[in-house]
Amino acid sequence: MTAPRAFISTGAAFFGGVKSALTSVFFLVIGGTYIGIGALAHDFGFASWWLAFSTVLVWAGPAQVILITALGSGAALPEAAVAVSLSGVRLFPMVVALLPLLRREGTRLRDLLLPTHFTSASMWVESMRLLPAIPRERRIAFCNGMSAGFMGTATSAGFLGHYLAAELPPLFAGALLFLTPMSFLVSTARNARMMMDKVALVLGLVVGTVLTASHVQLDLLWTGVGGGTLAYAVHRLRRAAA
Amino acid sequence: MNPIISALWPYFLLVLLGYLPNEVWRVFGLVLVRGLNEDSEIVIWSRAVATAILAGVIAKLIVFSPGALLSIPLPVRVTAVVCGFIAFLAVKRSVFVGVAVGEAALLLGGFLFAH
Repeated sequence: MTAPRAFISTGAAFFGGVKSALTSVFFLVIGGTYIGIGALAHDFGFASWWLAFSTVLVWAGPAQVILITALGSGAALPEAAVAVSLSGVRLFPMVVALLPLLRREGTRLRDLLLPTHFTSASMWVESMRLLPAIPRERRIAFCNGMSAGFMGTATSAGFLGHYLAAELPPLFAGALLFLTPMSFLVSTARNARMMMDKVALVLGLVVGTVLTASHVQLDLLWTGVGGGTLAYAVHRLRRAAA
Repeated sequence: MNPIISALWPYFLLVLLGYLPNEVWRVFGLVLVRGLNEDSEIVIWSRAVATAILAGVIAKLIVFSPGALLSIPLPVRVTAVVCGFIAFLAVKRSVFVGVAVGEAALLLGGFLFAH
């Protein structure tokens, strides 16, 4: 636990946040992830500026990977939207848990709009860890600074990955593309808190492969709803048996 | 299609299919802070569905790879993922170790067996 950090101004708190982002372990994680997403966007035919806008607007790695893969491989448009939305549900409880840390008497709704948009897995983990040691009146500025640091890192890494995928020999460009499935696989496994999450991961891998191989329409949705519901049923049965 | 419309079309899709369906959950969180909590059944179910969708995308990217990754043979891609995952499990569940070992295996296999 770090000692309480007093910042003399809102600006100092913002830059304190930027600095904490650039020295966080998530700096490397986000950099590597978005180099991979940049390469992915390149090979699915999306412009680097499109990717930059998607990073700023969507600001969720899994949703961006799903969107790029679905649109790039010609999925039906409603399927892409539903798949993205299902991956975004996890943001809801994060916002619900984060805002009480930022709010104080007299906080206006519009002051919470940016932190709400900035909420994502990495920012959330670091906020929950660091904010309690920061005076309440400086927390929003600190949180915005940290998020801006993460988002700037992601956007730059996206451009870099997009550029490298075009310039590198095929083997190395392939290795960049491989970053996305490899890193999402291990980080999803790491975040799997309950048996249900692990079952959903394994079922998704198996069902996704089978459905894509057999050219089923709406394969992503069937994988998600089928595999996910089966995993949820396993969770309910285990809970009932316990 | 009009050239301006066709240039803006991907950005329109980005807002409609990427930004809005994702952002709605953040806005719900802001507006209904006392709504659902993390342990409610619908949130648990949707987490399972989201995990399975993401796993489906991972499988798709490995088995039916896009672009340059396709030049590396399927057995090499699958072996590399398995090596990375085993390394992740073996070394303190480290994401970094998993990715590094997976990438090293992919490069080695690709170097030896690329077509």
